[in-house]
Amino acid sequence: MIRTVLVAGVLGLGLTAVLAQSDPIAERRNTMKAVGGATRDGAAMAKGEVAFDASKAQAVFKVYSDAAKKMPGLFPDSSKTGGETTASPKIWEDQAGFKAAFVKFEADASAGASVTDLAGFRTAFGNATKNCGGCHETYRVKK
Amino acid sequence: MLRLRRLLVTLVLLAAAGLGGFYVLTDPRVVSPSPEIGTLPAPDLENGKLLFTAGGCASCHATPNQDDKLRLGGGLALGSPFGTFHAPNISPHTRDGIGNWGVKDFVDAMATGVSPAGQHYYPAFPYTSYRLMPPKALADIFAYIRTLAPVEGRAPAHELPFPFNIRRVVGGWKLLFFEGAAFKPDPTRSEAWNRGAYLVNGPGHCAECHSSRNALGAIVQATRFAGGPDPEGKGTVPNITQAPDGLGKWSKEEIAELLKTGFTPSFDSVGGTMAAVVRNMAQLPDSDRMAMAEYLKSLPAVQGPTK
Repeated sequence: MIRTVLVAGVLGLGLTAVLAQSDPIAERRNTMKAVGGATRDGAAMAKGEVAFDASKAQAVFKVYSDAAKKMPGLFPDSSKTGGETTASPKIWEDQAGFKAAFVKFEADASAGASVTDLAGFRTAFGNATKNCGGCHETYRVKK
Repeated sequence: MLRLRRLLVTLVLLAAAGLGGFYVLTDPRVVSPSPEIGTLPAPDLENGKLLFTAGGCASCHATPNQDDKLRLGGGLALGSPFGTFHAPNISPHTRDGIGNWGVKDFVDAMATGVSPAGQHYYPAFPYTSYRLMPPKALADIFAYIRTLAPVEGRAPAHELPFPFNIRRVVGGWKLLFFEGAAFKPDPTRSEAWNRGAYLVNGPGHCAECHSSRNALGAIVQATRFAGGPDPEGKGTVPNITQAPDGLGKWSKEEIAELLKTGFTPSFDSVGGTMAAVVRNMAQLPDSDRMAMAEYLKSLPAVQGPTK
C-alpha cells in the first residue's frame, strides 16, 4: 500500500515536472505563486504577526533567489500568448531590461540570505519586495 | 426647377443654422461656466501636496525616462481608441508650463476642462473627476505645483485623426456627458465614507480606468467601477465593485493594504499603471486609505463587461 502511494507520488511528481517543462506559462505562474507564498510568510514576520525565525526568514530569500534565476528562461517566443498569461509584450521587446530586472531582484534577495535579526530582515525584505511592483509595472499587463 | 432651387436654399440654410448652433453650443464659456473663486484663504501647501499625490498628477505629467517625479515637463504618450495624447508640461515654467497661470486659470482647467486660452481640454485629462474638488482644494494643488522646479520644453502635439482633432467636438461631448458640480457629502454616511468617496471619485479618479466606456469614450455609468478591457491596449482592468470577482471577498484592511504595498490578499503584486497608483497612495495617511476602502466596500456588486 505504502509502496503504491510512493510510486504514484513519484510518478506524479515526475509528470508535473515534465508538464511544467513543456508549459512555460504554467511554470512561471507556479514560480510566481511560490514567490507570493514566501512574501506572505515574510510579511507576517515583518509586521510582527508571527515571531521572527531566522531560518524561516532566510527561506523567504531562498525562494526569491531561485525564482530570479529561473524566471528569465521561462519566456520563449512560443509563450507570448495563451493560458491567460499576463506577460506584457515588452518582455520580448526589451529582453535586456527584463533580464536586468531579475539580476537586481536576485542581488536584493541574496542580501537577505543570511539575516539573523528582525531589523535586518525588515530592511532586506523591504528592498527585495520593491522589485515586485517595479517589474510588474513594466513587464506585466493589467489584470 | 424652381422647387429644386428652393430645396437647395433650404438645405444650405439648415446646414448653416446647424453649424451656427454647434458653434454656439460648444463654446467653452457656455459649456463650462467658470466656477466662483471668490476670496480664497491662503493656500495650504500640505493639502495641495496630498491631493497632488492622490491625484496621480506626476504619473502622467512627469518627464518620462528620468527619476524625479516632480519634474513635470510632460511628454508621456497616452494611447486611446481616438488617438495618442501627450501629457503637457504643467511645471511652473513661464513659457512652456503653467508658470503664467493665475489661480482662476488652474481652477477652470481642473473643474471645467477649459484652458486659459478658452479651449476645451480632451477628457484624457480627467477633469471629469477632478471637478469634484472644490476651488479651495484646487487652489492648494496649484500653490503646491508652483513650489516645484520649472522645466523647459513642450510635449509633442496630440496625434488625433479627424474629427477628434477639433477641440470644439469636445464641447458637444461635454453637453452629453460632463457634469460640473463639486463633491457634496452625503450626511447620512460617516465622515470616513465621505472622505473615501471624495478621494476615490475626485482626486483618485479611480473610475476613469476601472470602468468601461461607450463608443464616444464616456464612462458607462451602469458599470462604473466594474472594470473591463484596458483601453490602452492588452489586458483587463479589474472590477473594484463588490462583485464576487471584484472586491466582494476583500476586507477593508486588505484593500487599504493593496493601496499601501501593492499586494493583493494572495500576495500577488499589482502591475501596469496600478504600480504607480500604489506608489502615490502609499504616501497618504493610513486613515485616507482606510476611508477609500470603506467607500469601495459600500459599492453594490456590478458585473463588468466580459472580454
